[in-house]
Amino acid sequence: MTAVLIAQIALIFVVFTALLMSAAVMVYAERKLAAGFQQRYGPYLVGPKGLMQPFADVLKLLFKEELRPKGADSRLFYLAPIIAATAAFSAFAVVPFGGETTLFGLLPEPIKLQVADVNVAILVVFAIASMSVYGIVLAGWSSNSKYSLLGALRSASQMISYELSYGLALASVLVVAGSLSITEIVEAQGGSWLGILPRWFVVVQPVGFIVYMIAAIAETNRAPFDFPEAEQELVAGYHTEYSSMSFAMFFLAEYINMVTVSAVATDLFLGGWQGPWLPASLGWIWFLLKMSALLFFYIWARWTLPRYRYDQLMQFGWKILLPIAVLNLIATAAGVIYFAR
Amino acid sequence: MPGDAILFYVFGAVMVVASLLVIGQRSTIYSVLLLIASFAALAGLYVLLDAPFLAVIQIIIYAGAIMVLFLFVVMLLNAPHEQAPADVERHWQGHGPRRLGAVLGLALLVELVWSVWRTSALQEAQVGAASARQLRALGSVREIGHVLFTDYGFAFEVTSVLILVAMVGAVVLAKREI
Repeated sequence: MTAVLIAQIALIFVVFTALLMSAAVMVYAERKLAAGFQQRYGPYLVGPKGLMQPFADVLKLLFKEELRPKGADSRLFYLAPIIAATAAFSAFAVVPFGGETTLFGLLPEPIKLQVADVNVAILVVFAIASMSVYGIVLAGWSSNSKYSLLGALRSASQMISYELSYGLALASVLVVAGSLSITEIVEAQGGSWLGILPRWFVVVQPVGFIVYMIAAIAETNRAPFDFPEAEQELVAGYHTEYSSMSFAMFFLAEYINMVTVSAVATDLFLGGWQGPWLPASLGWIWFLLKMSALLFFYIWARWTLPRYRYDQLMQFGWKILLPIAVLNLIATAAGVIYFAR
Repeated sequence: MPGDAILFYVFGAVMVVASLLVIGQRSTIYSVLLLIASFAALAGLYVLLDAPFLAVIQIIIYAGAIMVLFLFVVMLLNAPHEQAPADVERHWQGHGPRRLGAVLGLALLVELVWSVWRTSALQEAQVGAASARQLRALGSVREIGHVLFTDYGFAFEVTSVLILVAMVGAVVLAKREI
């Protein structure tokens, strides 16, 4: 019993550290890939092939002066980045990233590679995603700056609008799987059709997957939907007035949100830790590979597509994406009822 | 003291303090935030009551959607501090409003005492394996969905029509020339 408990605590620590490191890896990957897309070298001076660049960035931010604009609400000004980072970290707590394991026989009974096994896990992810908007809105309001406020307002309206499509895409997966637990959803995707086509939900839910990815990009405020920080119009949007580690926390939150969203997409649509060749205890390698592919797609989209116009964003969200998501959900429900008979 | 009891008192204390502060201080934006804190503590209480679905729905709908709207309005009106002009103060401190407030407060107190008394009586009447099973089923999403679309189907449909009417009304009011 104690060994399992220690393993659980260690798992929490490992997940926390891995999320921190994933932000560093993402910063490096983003800069290197961006350079590749633009035929540049990217960072190459700090460490071999510039690998130490993210750590140099963090050190630089640590030593910068913490500035606070005159007339800013100091308590909320410092609370906002904390809310953003906390929400980003806590969402990952319910995301499973591997099957049960005994750590190569070290433990008497297997533990799940997941911090908290909740039977309404998907809804928890959704709830925490809807809380992360407060970090951005409070940052914009408390800065007492027009650019920050406009960025925050845009961000809030954008996140509310795309949350609907996001939720409906999740709901269509729930209908197919018949469960709210992410672990059960992943287990429902085991096996294959005709021995070649894996039973991943992306095969039965292609529309749901596309809607999910688009809404997820909008939810995490990434290009081509990065309106809260559109440089040309808003300087830097909601984090215009932030410097030093408070800025770093927003940065961290953005990358961790991307990782979480990709992890959820991997679990819901790409079969999670299920894959050929590897034994079940090493399933997390498959999970990491699939998640990395989605994250590469994220960066790829950012450096390929130009930013939308704000009215186009709203039109697209409400008049195209939302109807598609609703129709997809209805069609999925009808299909499930038809085939269940 | 068992862990559940400690958590109950922590969440309860957070909720009471946050709710008191919502009306106890003048900054509107802090009121909104404290109300969110109170909702979060309420969600914690739901989890302790083995109703995780209700807890998550509480966060998604109240803390996630409705309070964002409140925050939006507060930010757009840009009212950092509540204004208290003299005439408004005098109007609300007259005898009429105070008496009304006292009557409403008394009514709430009576209701609370009655419901607490009734609940404890009900619990005593229902001690047994069957009722425990039924209570557990309350926490499962499948069970809630089943009850919602069979026993409470009519109420569910009426509520959805009500929300639809409200939406149509809002669109009509906002867009005068359609």
